[in-house]
Amino acid sequence: MTTTNNPLLVTKGLTKRFGGLVAVNDVNLSVSEGQLHCLIGPNGAGKSTFFKCLTGQFKSSAGIVTLEGKEVQGLQTYEIVQRGVGIKTQTPSLFDGLSVQENISLSALRNQASRQVVETLEEMLELFQITHLTRREVGQLAHGQRQLVELAAVLAAKPKLVLLDEPAAGMTGDDRIRLIQTLRDLAGRTTFIVVEHDMQFIGDIATGVTVFNRGRVFAEGSFDEIVARSDVQEIYLGKEVDVAA
Amino acid sequence: MNRTFVNYLGPAIAVGSGILTLIFAPLILGFYEIFQLTQYVILAIFAVSMAYIWGFGGILSFGHAAVFGLGGYAYAVLAINMDSSLLAFVLAIGTCGLFSLILGYFIFYGRLNDVYLGVVTLVVALILWKLINHTSGPGYVIGDARLGGFNGIPSIPVLELPWHGGAALDPIQMFRWFLGGLIAVYVALKLLIQSKFGRIAIATKENELRATLLGYDVRQYKLLVFVIGGSIGGMAGAMWATYQTFVDPNMFSLEVSAKVLIWVMVGGVGTLLGPIAGVVLLQALSIKLGETAFINNQIVLGMILMSLVLVFPKGLLPSMELLVTRFFDRSAAQGQGVSG
Ligand SMILES: Nc1ncnc2c1ncn2[C@@H]1O[C@H](COP(=O)(O)OP(=O)(O)OP(=O)(O)O)[C@@H](O)[C@H]1O
Ligand SMILES: [Mg+2]
Repeated sequence: MTTTNNPLLVTKGLTKRFGGLVAVNDVNLSVSEGQLHCLIGPNGAGKSTFFKCLTGQFKSSAGIVTLEGKEVQGLQTYEIVQRGVGIKTQTPSLFDGLSVQENISLSALRNQASRQVVETLEEMLELFQITHLTRREVGQLAHGQRQLVELAAVLAAKPKLVLLDEPAAGMTGDDRIRLIQTLRDLAGRTTFIVVEHDMQFIGDIATGVTVFNRGRVFAEGSFDEIVARSDVQEIYLGKEVDVAA
Repeated sequence: MNRTFVNYLGPAIAVGSGILTLIFAPLILGFYEIFQLTQYVILAIFAVSMAYIWGFGGILSFGHAAVFGLGGYAYAVLAINMDSSLLAFVLAIGTCGLFSLILGYFIFYGRLNDVYLGVVTLVVALILWKLINHTSGPGYVIGDARLGGFNGIPSIPVLELPWHGGAALDPIQMFRWFLGGLIAVYVALKLLIQSKFGRIAIATKENELRATLLGYDVRQYKLLVFVIGGSIGGMAGAMWATYQTFVDPNMFSLEVSAKVLIWVMVGGVGTLLGPIAGVVLLQALSIKLGETAFINNQIVLGMILMSLVLVFPKGLLPSMELLVTRFFDRSAAQGQGVSG
């Protein structure tokens, strides 16, 4: 409960090339324990690719990634996850043929005894207020509900670092508010990096924002600093400013 | 609640009727019928092994005959060379487990995708079939066993179990032991599927990426499923060898690989009982059609298969389950209507 300034995740010179395209270019990022950090940037800026490099889904071309001071680049995805990383992917990824309950339990099962799995399941169902969906098959749920189930499943393993790639996409009013509340509740205990396009959403949750552009870190600062910067608006908020004008 | 009820009712009825058949069928049926039934039992075990790897591990092998043939040949060669046919039987199963382990290691740790998995399993079975077919020369001898090429290996010793005074099993004993084996395999797989391992294997089948992102090494789970399925398939092969006292290269054939796929497909992928019903239904059907020689039974069988797949796209058992569940749900809803 004292200072939570130990960096949980650090990347140094992280780079990912696809042939000639440098999707992630020399990224240095440090996220402290308990922080709720946002990652924004225009389409194709490299946000999802950055997440995939962190989780070992892509083998990075250069640079290092440390988790709690230990290098993890080069490890298999499942090994990185086992070190306490959870990820919600941009395109929802769930066990569509299985129930909500099973989706969440399967996550908790990995690192918890069976009695604890039941507790975690209850906890997650309540946290996201999806108890009424417990036995429903995930493939038959609405998009927003699926997003919540995926979040519940990711959090059920009690990860230290949670990567959320556009978690609010396709969510309607109530589900959105629930998501924002949940993230705020959990911040401090769990570390989040959230990719979002929706500035209002970011304004509601973020403590720090990193702006990606063409694979590079373009700007870093608090939400207010970032939205105030005209160059950020140009690359990212341009459209909205135009609309407002 | 109803769903859970139905989930347990089916297996309980199945095991119960299996045990009743084991006890009473030899008392009621004639010798020939029992002999025929034993064949169904063995093929049912083979079908269940396929149903397991496909339905509960997502592994669609086009060459499952490989373990059937290997189990048969391993038993034949070992039983001819060894004093204990029981040991030969156990070693034959082990051989198929080891074979599946090595093949599966290359497939899953080499990260072959599903299409390549299908091709590789198919090709491996075909290679084995070709190889065994070419062993007719006098040089192809393992100990006292001549492989015999396309002629196969005759006079394979019948399985002897210590509980019967070390004598070879008579057909009735064989029927009882093998049906007992089928029941045991079914119960064991059912328990395995519900275990932590089984649930994660199903998750892997559902979505490999998500399973990985939850921290599971999917290769490990797939490999183990493949080895378990391969061992059980090999056991069916060894049973076939001792049942027929004869093996030939056709055990490895494409026809056997295709048949087992069809049994599972017709019975329902994602169930274990369905494929057993598939074996009984389709084998009985092809025997019946074989008796009526004036029509081409292959064409008729093909047409029946096609209509089955069209009418019950999920397979017989899942379709029936759906009916039963709907029935229970409706009566439950009516019950609530009355009380409320
Ligand atoms: N597997 C791949 N092979 C080749 N190029 C890729 C691959 N994945 C991503 N890219 C390219 O890398 C760049 C960054 O893509 P990425 O998906 O990381 O962007 P993003 O910031 O997540 O965009 P969005 O906001 O649209 O999700 C894009 O130009 C994309 O086309
Ligand atoms: Mg993206």
